Amino acid sequence: MPSDRAGGEGGLEATALDAFTAARRTGWRARLAQAWASDLAHSFRRNPVAILSAVIVVVFFAAAALAPWIAPTNPYDLRTLSIMDNLLPPVWEEGGDPRFLLGTDAQGAGVLSGILYGTRISLIVGFGSVLLSMLLGVSIGVVAGYVGGWLDSLLMRIADIQLTFPAILIALLIGGIAESAVPASERGALAVPVLIFAIGISNWVQYARTVRGSTMVVRQLEYVAAARLIGRSPVAIMARHILPNIMGPVLVIATINLAFAIITEATLSFLGVGMPVTEPSLGMLIRDGNDYLFSGEWWLSVFPSAALVMLALAINLLGDWLRDALNPRLR
Amino acid sequence: MLAFFLRRLIHAAIVMLIVGLISFSLVQFIGDPVAAYLGLDVDPADRERLAEALGLNEPFIVQYLDYIARALSGDFGLSYATSRPVVEMIGERFPATFELALVASLMAIALGIPLGVYTALHPRSWLSRLFLTASLVGVSIPTFVIGVQLIHIFSVNLGWLPSYGRGTTVDLGGWTTGLLSLSGWQSILMPAFSLALVQLTLIMRLVRAEMLEVLRTDFIKFARARGLRRRTIDFGHALKNTMIPVITVIGLQIGTLIAFAIVTETVFQWPGMGLLFIQSVGAVDVPVMTAFLMVVAVIFVLINFVVDLLYLLVDPRLRGDRSGPVAGGANA
Repeated sequence: MPSDRAGGEGGLEATALDAFTAARRTGWRARLAQAWASDLAHSFRRNPVAILSAVIVVVFFAAAALAPWIAPTNPYDLRTLSIMDNLLPPVWEEGGDPRFLLGTDAQGAGVLSGILYGTRISLIVGFGSVLLSMLLGVSIGVVAGYVGGWLDSLLMRIADIQLTFPAILIALLIGGIAESAVPASERGALAVPVLIFAIGISNWVQYARTVRGSTMVVRQLEYVAAARLIGRSPVAIMARHILPNIMGPVLVIATINLAFAIITEATLSFLGVGMPVTEPSLGMLIRDGNDYLFSGEWWLSVFPSAALVMLALAINLLGDWLRDALNPRLR
Repeated sequence: MLAFFLRRLIHAAIVMLIVGLISFSLVQFIGDPVAAYLGLDVDPADRERLAEALGLNEPFIVQYLDYIARALSGDFGLSYATSRPVVEMIGERFPATFELALVASLMAIALGIPLGVYTALHPRSWLSRLFLTASLVGVSIPTFVIGVQLIHIFSVNLGWLPSYGRGTTVDLGGWTTGLLSLSGWQSILMPAFSLALVQLTLIMRLVRAEMLEVLRTDFIKFARARGLRRRTIDFGHALKNTMIPVITVIGLQIGTLIAFAIVTETVFQWPGMGLLFIQSVGAVDVPVMTAFLMVVAVIFVLINFVVDLLYLLVDPRLRGDRSGPVAGGANA
């Protein structure tokens, strides 16, 4: 904290301090300017692929957040659907209806609206599970790396054993168990939390290993020793002094993990342990659409697939850029 | 050497016991074995008798040890759904999954290593960039979407390849193989390819990253200074030194391969263990689920063991019998 050592040394330090407080006073505009000038922003502005991916991701996020307001129809509200509209092809095909841009499914619900609502569910599950695995993995990693000793070996052995089982198998197992443990009436309401738990719990190891590694490096540094000398508690040292300095790689993992979680959710839905049919995610839409693929109604599976792949690809490209941008060796 | 073997063996046994415990206890949460065998409306006395016979009244840990003891002699119990011995059901499905995973791995390695080497040696060429972007597209498409679209193109539209099953299989004394008939090869092509894509991307990126790393090291510079031929440096020195992490990851990824085989087998209705597992999840067939998990764990532990042995072959430094010089490095 710069304010701690504000006792007038003068010279260079005072100027830096002035700049700091000035930036504080002028608020968000200065902070925005600061962010704009940072290395990360600089590398972002020079990378057209990263910009394009970011735009796609933002569009998807916005579409998902605003789905109830911007979707042409509400696919969950069966009263607004008409069976007369069923299996209409997209607008530009013969027999298309301008009310349904991307065609309709067997119930007469618009595919575009289905995709908007489905993206919403896929993103909620994706973010939820990434948050869960990050929370778990980062705490386990910091504790293992900082405390060391038998606790470290224990935690890392658990991580090894967890790696024995591929993430998707663990998620499948948890999803399957929940499926049979939860009564059918509750299944719809619990589907999202169950998916978040299943996917989140199966992906923490990567965070833990990375964070443990960087923690072991950072804890050797002098400022951590200093913090220990002035008597800060281990928890405070881990949370306030170590964590902020090792978040870079975590951010990269989290980004790529988000794409992975969205794909995992789709795969689980495809295997039948995901979202219920009444509230389809992107994966469920694809699964449903597959049944019609061979009878010629290709739009039912192709558009949700395209949406899913575009979203995952954009996130992956962002993650790729972030990894390169944060890697000092490539600067 | 012997100490190394023993250490790995004990380690493997511990991992197996823990994994077995976890999968055994997880799966115990679901369903009621007595109801699964007898149905719901039976005499309570009958229920009690069967529960006693199945050992369900014993403490959990006794049940687990009993399960392990019987599993070691090849008895994984009877399937709830078919009342057949689980070991038989898994045994007849195993060759299908094994062949699928084998062909998929070979495809991934045969394509992934050359692509990785190429992109590392020519980092600025447009072809490398194309490969790298394509690999990101590859990881962004779910396996099942690739499978379904392959079927759509090659089975439905073009009619070149069968969309499901293994084709004609030949029975080699308990091991059914599809690799001896033309229809078997036609059938395995699409499932193996869609399964290989996941691995392919990973192997390619890993080989590239490791190779770039090695190319930066001093011994490569010295090799150049010695005037060795480019080909010798690239393949004799650099590639050889990237192989250790590559072997590890290929080995460790076999677990992932088996997991994704569940997806691939579902898409192509491939009669392997994965399809059996997904059917048993659907039918809450607990003995089959537990046995499948144990088999996966055994495969994983075995592969780890083999990977460790391969290390010894590839990296002479690790061979370090106490008699010889330990460090120094093969090419340094």
